[in-house]
Amino acid sequence: MSQHDHDSHAHGTVGSYVVGFILSVILTVIPFWAVMTGSFDRATTVAILVVTAIVQIVVHLKYFLHLNFSKEGKLDTFSFLFTALVIVMVVGLSIWIIYASNAMMMY
Amino acid sequence: MSTHAAAHHDAHHDEHHDTGRNTVFGFWIYLMTDCILFASFFATYAVLFMNTAGGASGSEIFDLKLVAGGTAALLLSSITFGFAMISAYKQNKSGTLFWLAVTFLFGAVFIGLEIYEFNHLIHAGHGPSESAFLTAFFSLVGLHGLHVTAGLIWLIILFIEVSKSGLGNQQLTRLSCLSLFWHFLDIVWICVFTVVYLMGAM
Amino acid sequence: MSFLGKLSWDALPYDPIVIGTLTVVAIGGAFLFALITKMKKWGWLWREWLTSVDHKRLGIMYIILAFVMLIRGFADAIMMRTQLALATNGSEGYLPPDHYDQIFTAHGVIMIIFVAMPFMTGLMNLIVPLQIGARDVAFPFLNNLSFWLAVSGALLVNISLGLGEFAKTGWVAYPPLSGLEFSPGVGVDYYIWALQISGLGTTLTGVNFLVTVLKMRTPGMKLMQMPIFTWTCTWANVLIVASFPILTAALAMLTLDRYLDFHFFTNDAGGNAMMYINLFWAWGHPEVYILVLPAFGIFSEVVSTFTGKRLFGYKSMVYASGAISILGFIVWLHHFFTMGSSASVNAFFGIMTMIIAIPTGVKLFNWLFTMYKGRIRMEVPMLWTIGFIIIFSIGGMTGVLLAVPGADYVLHNSLFLIAHFHNTIIGGAVFGYFAGFTFWFSKAMGFHLDPKWGRVSFWCWTIGFLMAFMPLYVLGFLGMTRRLNHTDNPDWNIWLYIAAAGAFVIAIGIAAQFIQLFVAFRDRNKNKDTTGDPWNGHTLEWSLASPPQFYNFAKLPHVEDIDAFTDMKEKGTAYQRHAKYEPIHMPSNTNAGPIMGALATAFGFAFVWHIWWLVAASFVGLIVAFIARSYASGKDYYVQPDEVARIENEHLDNVAKG
Repeated sequence: MSQHDHDSHAHGTVGSYVVGFILSVILTVIPFWAVMTGSFDRATTVAILVVTAIVQIVVHLKYFLHLNFSKEGKLDTFSFLFTALVIVMVVGLSIWIIYASNAMMMY
Repeated sequence: MSTHAAAHHDAHHDEHHDTGRNTVFGFWIYLMTDCILFASFFATYAVLFMNTAGGASGSEIFDLKLVAGGTAALLLSSITFGFAMISAYKQNKSGTLFWLAVTFLFGAVFIGLEIYEFNHLIHAGHGPSESAFLTAFFSLVGLHGLHVTAGLIWLIILFIEVSKSGLGNQQLTRLSCLSLFWHFLDIVWICVFTVVYLMGAM
Repeated sequence: MSFLGKLSWDALPYDPIVIGTLTVVAIGGAFLFALITKMKKWGWLWREWLTSVDHKRLGIMYIILAFVMLIRGFADAIMMRTQLALATNGSEGYLPPDHYDQIFTAHGVIMIIFVAMPFMTGLMNLIVPLQIGARDVAFPFLNNLSFWLAVSGALLVNISLGLGEFAKTGWVAYPPLSGLEFSPGVGVDYYIWALQISGLGTTLTGVNFLVTVLKMRTPGMKLMQMPIFTWTCTWANVLIVASFPILTAALAMLTLDRYLDFHFFTNDAGGNAMMYINLFWAWGHPEVYILVLPAFGIFSEVVSTFTGKRLFGYKSMVYASGAISILGFIVWLHHFFTMGSSASVNAFFGIMTMIIAIPTGVKLFNWLFTMYKGRIRMEVPMLWTIGFIIIFSIGGMTGVLLAVPGADYVLHNSLFLIAHFHNTIIGGAVFGYFAGFTFWFSKAMGFHLDPKWGRVSFWCWTIGFLMAFMPLYVLGFLGMTRRLNHTDNPDWNIWLYIAAAGAFVIAIGIAAQFIQLFVAFRDRNKNKDTTGDPWNGHTLEWSLASPPQFYNFAKLPHVEDIDAFTDMKEKGTAYQRHAKYEPIHMPSNTNAGPIMGALATAFGFAFVWHIWWLVAASFVGLIVAFIARSYASGKDYYVQPDEVARIENEHLDNVAKG
């Protein structure tokens, strides 16, 4: 079964999983701590939440899901990026549409 | 695995390896559709979360300590599944089974906490029928919970398969798919605890 | 709660029209049943077709499904047109509102979901693997399952005719009308489960074909060398996987509202019905491109084949399809400009909608430039294509008019809109499928269609279409809105009469299609396609026998050009005899697909009628069947080289004779 060893970089190693895990713990603790202690004002807290969430998603994609831009892996990565684009468009525009119509109903 | 089956695998090794790759890629595309399913529920939650209809709002009912506990369990289960995969690729059957069992345990803790939370809310009169906010909340979080539950059932099935048939190409392909599923659900959970719980509790 | 949930004798129909229809269907069904029994074909049907995982057979079955449902959907259409022609000047006509509302809902659902989608999916199944030099799709069993899920949805719609009712909400089923408060009956539930189950099948098809196209192309074929029909299908599949989950979500939310007293879209407790409309069209708009992009691909293949030229602007065609696919995701609000979002929102979506006309225009010019100075052979597929170019252009232009939010406020939900979208869907998608149907018929069946009846069908469809829908533009300007049951305005009458007459001309066109099929079957031994390349085709499917061998390619071809088969013919490498063949690995047929389809139908039916034990039983059954299939043995087999050699040599002898 030697074929599974040569592309082990695509499956990750104990080291890479541990790195990903530690980063994730940090990126989880920060937002929980920010909200539970209420140390910052609202806008700052939201900014912290959004940034840590996005960074943590990237960490997971890289260390746990092993997305990369190699010849073998780029198809997975591009399909994810396309999906992310669709999500940004659909979710973003949906929220814009409904919030704008809510605002119109206030007149 | 019997020697006969092993010989068969070697003879048509390329073809089987290829179909395995196709399966994992196909599963990945399926996960992309799942992403969009979740995105639709997130968009709906974003639109409905302030419509509490005079009932409870997020900051009144969310217990962040509980959520932190669930988050920890899910994150731990992610790394233990990673260890299961590393063992599987090393053809270490007992290691794989051990880590799969640990992953199942953490996943079950997560689901247990979620059931506790839902049960608690419903008994306190904050069921999904109370307001559009709670409708959206229960649906989004529940959808994630259903996925994790399906993952747990799948884990049991694969645990049995690996313990019976070892770690052939088919088992590795299936483990890879479940691994993608499991890590994917953890990513969705990042969005859930950020958007629903943390932003809601502020 | 009783054993059969809400199901009781009251569910049986009382309307004489429905009873008459059911009687005809029952007699027809009994006749078919007797015929198959007498010819002892049940075993053959089950083993060779219903359980088949062969993409070619599934493609044919999808197209049969589409034709069967076309009869149903068109019967609805002609009932509506005759009702509106009779119910003028205050007369009530022959269809009471309660029945009429079900008819226009069923017409929309059936035509989009159970005619256009299966037709498109069928052609894609039939041709895409052949065009990329693959032996099957990536997941043959899943392909069979997708088909049965589509059948399952179609069955639920048809069951609603005899048991209970169908939705009276229009094919979009907007809440709060489709909510429990205003639609307490089972009609909306039939709608939900029919769409949900068939939609799941469509999603699986999308996944399946994306993997097939991205991972299973024959050696040498780069992405930018894939035939254009494969490319447009690929974009359609990208749209399927990106948009169908949104429909799944919207329907799931409506289900929760109706079954578990949730409040997504209700009037009370803070629900927001607008969000359903928003989600529905976030799927619905990409859906129309899912229907039309493969048709664009067919026109491209047909134009280049029957002008004997390379397609003009292959690359721009691929990129234009991609642009349409992505832009298709940011225009959906134009279906509900009048919802009353802000001026900025309406302006954004209006402009985006106009922009999407640009890549579509690129395509039209590409077809025209392909024909320019070409030697055009006016075969039936080419007729459909030219009819399309004219009719679709009109539909596109009225679409650009509707994209102006101000104009839309006047024309929204008027018959102008009805005329517009029939103009694009019939003139674009349906004409495309008919072109593809006549183009590839001999490839699928091994004998030719009858061109005389094909021409009759084309002319009846075209003239009938213009008669039926051009008056609707006028009626729209005269202020007539859609979904009216009867009218009382003398100015409208003449246009309603012309439209009804047009519907009957289309009926002749449909009849001509069936006569064409009948004649072709009757004379099939005279009209054999022995070479497999009747039109002097450009792409790999024409390099195979008609119908292709079950394994498609004895040896995977090496591709060096977009028009791979033309390239081979020019280099003299086509029709090569090989001394030695390798064993071919093939998937075995499986009864798991039809069984799971039946369980899915039971699941949907049980949900409609609140038969909870059957819901639970069929759900568990589905899971068990899926797991059992995963661990089944004997899923594949090998075709031995001597058998491959025998089949290939027989075909090559035929080619040499032809």
